[in-house]
Amino acid sequence: MAILVEKGWRSIVVTGNHAAAWGARVAKVQVVAAYPITPQTTVVEKIAEFVEKGELNAVYIRVESEHSAMTACIGASAVGARTFTATAAHGLALMHECLWWASASRLPIVMAVINRAMGPGWNIWTDYGDTMAQRDLGWIQIYCADNQEVFDSVLQAYKLCEDHRVLLPCMVDLEAFILSHTYMPVRVPPQDEVDGWLPPYEPAWALDPEEPITHGNLVFPAHYMEFRYLMQEAMEKAKELIPQVGREYEKRFGLTGLDFMETYRCEDAEMIILTMGTMGVEARISVDKLREKGIRAGVARLRVFRPFPVEHIRRLAEGAEMLTIIDRHISYGAEGALAMETKWALCALDERPPITSFIAGIGGRDVTHKDIERMAEKAHEWMRAGEPREGVWYGVRGLELP
Amino acid sequence: MAELRTYEEWPLTPISKPTAGALGKTGTWRTFRPVIDEEKCVKCHLCWLYCPDAAMELGEDGFPHVNYDYCKGCGICANECPKKAIEIVREEVA
Repeated sequence: MAILVEKGWRSIVVTGNHAAAWGARVAKVQVVAAYPITPQTTVVEKIAEFVEKGELNAVYIRVESEHSAMTACIGASAVGARTFTATAAHGLALMHECLWWASASRLPIVMAVINRAMGPGWNIWTDYGDTMAQRDLGWIQIYCADNQEVFDSVLQAYKLCEDHRVLLPCMVDLEAFILSHTYMPVRVPPQDEVDGWLPPYEPAWALDPEEPITHGNLVFPAHYMEFRYLMQEAMEKAKELIPQVGREYEKRFGLTGLDFMETYRCEDAEMIILTMGTMGVEARISVDKLREKGIRAGVARLRVFRPFPVEHIRRLAEGAEMLTIIDRHISYGAEGALAMETKWALCALDERPPITSFIAGIGGRDVTHKDIERMAEKAHEWMRAGEPREGVWYGVRGLELP
Repeated sequence: MAELRTYEEWPLTPISKPTAGALGKTGTWRTFRPVIDEEKCVKCHLCWLYCPDAAMELGEDGFPHVNYDYCKGCGICANECPKKAIEIVREEVA
């Protein structure tokens, strides 16, 4: 790893996993509890190295499972420590019960999740099945498309989640191998500048032996709903704060700030391709090619899935004649989460464009710009003929596109 | 819980301060009760330590005493007692 020092800035060439670890380091996390799982392992290995070398003053708790990792994070966050962990796929699934506990206890834990397909059949490559299965829990979800974004998202997640108007945990999601193990340059701002922007965590409440309190109380039907409404309200508040935190970050560090959506050539597009993660970057090449062939395409990459940016989706759709949605996810018996939720967001509009949706790249199958171009061309043809299609599986043998 | 009128008055997450018997006298749930034999008891206080309901109280005489208002009769004290000084007796017999 090459490190160039320039006015306190570091230019490093790192994997997505190490970018996440650097985010935690510069955020000065105080407690890390994690259990290794491919392809997440090197996130926590790197943090262990930082702690071992004295470069990060944190308590590193070794645990026996992901369930325990999240439980340790909950305890640490509850005493007022800035807390970080990372996991993937089955590790995330094992945490499931504790993820509810973290969000409903209103603890701003930040977790890197390396998106990996679920087994069986055993598969360590990427799709969004693991995190999409956790989308109803009250965790903010940010999906990244490059390693700089991974680093930036971890830092901004603390700023956002620790705001007392939010106080919810956050998953920073990055794709297995495509990001987790791919080296890219990352710019790391000087520590003192980050410290000035991200002060130590001030908890709204903290466990204190001098003033004992009980958590996890029985809450009767007469009171439960109001607690849950407060979580919904916090998500709405996060929706307001996400672009604000992003703009602040941009202004302060000159890096790309957090926002809901990134668009490419959408201004005059007849057809917008809506997708997430690295496919949203790959699709830029497809858009250029499609335009050469006479299809005025654009691409929008959704960066934050929770809270779901209903208003952004509506504005995007209002400017387009048709939408093509590509999900790296399938909800069996329905379709991909991005397609389903986009349709929910649009159904209140009087006029909405036709939508064709695809399921692609499940279990780490490569989705190249040629694949995206092919899907978009087909979708364009179908919708021009007034025949949009839903949840079309792309690339399955025996289901080749006509 | 205090009388709260709107969700805006709710705390962020349910928490409570420790209060004796917040759910009433839970000793009425009991089917079996622990009975301590002070002849056998060596005042090691393991029963006091292990009682999940803090229903074992230490007297000035050094012996543990069961608070039957809150003891649910789980039997953990008898199980932990190294001297077998705690007998578990069916309620109607005791």
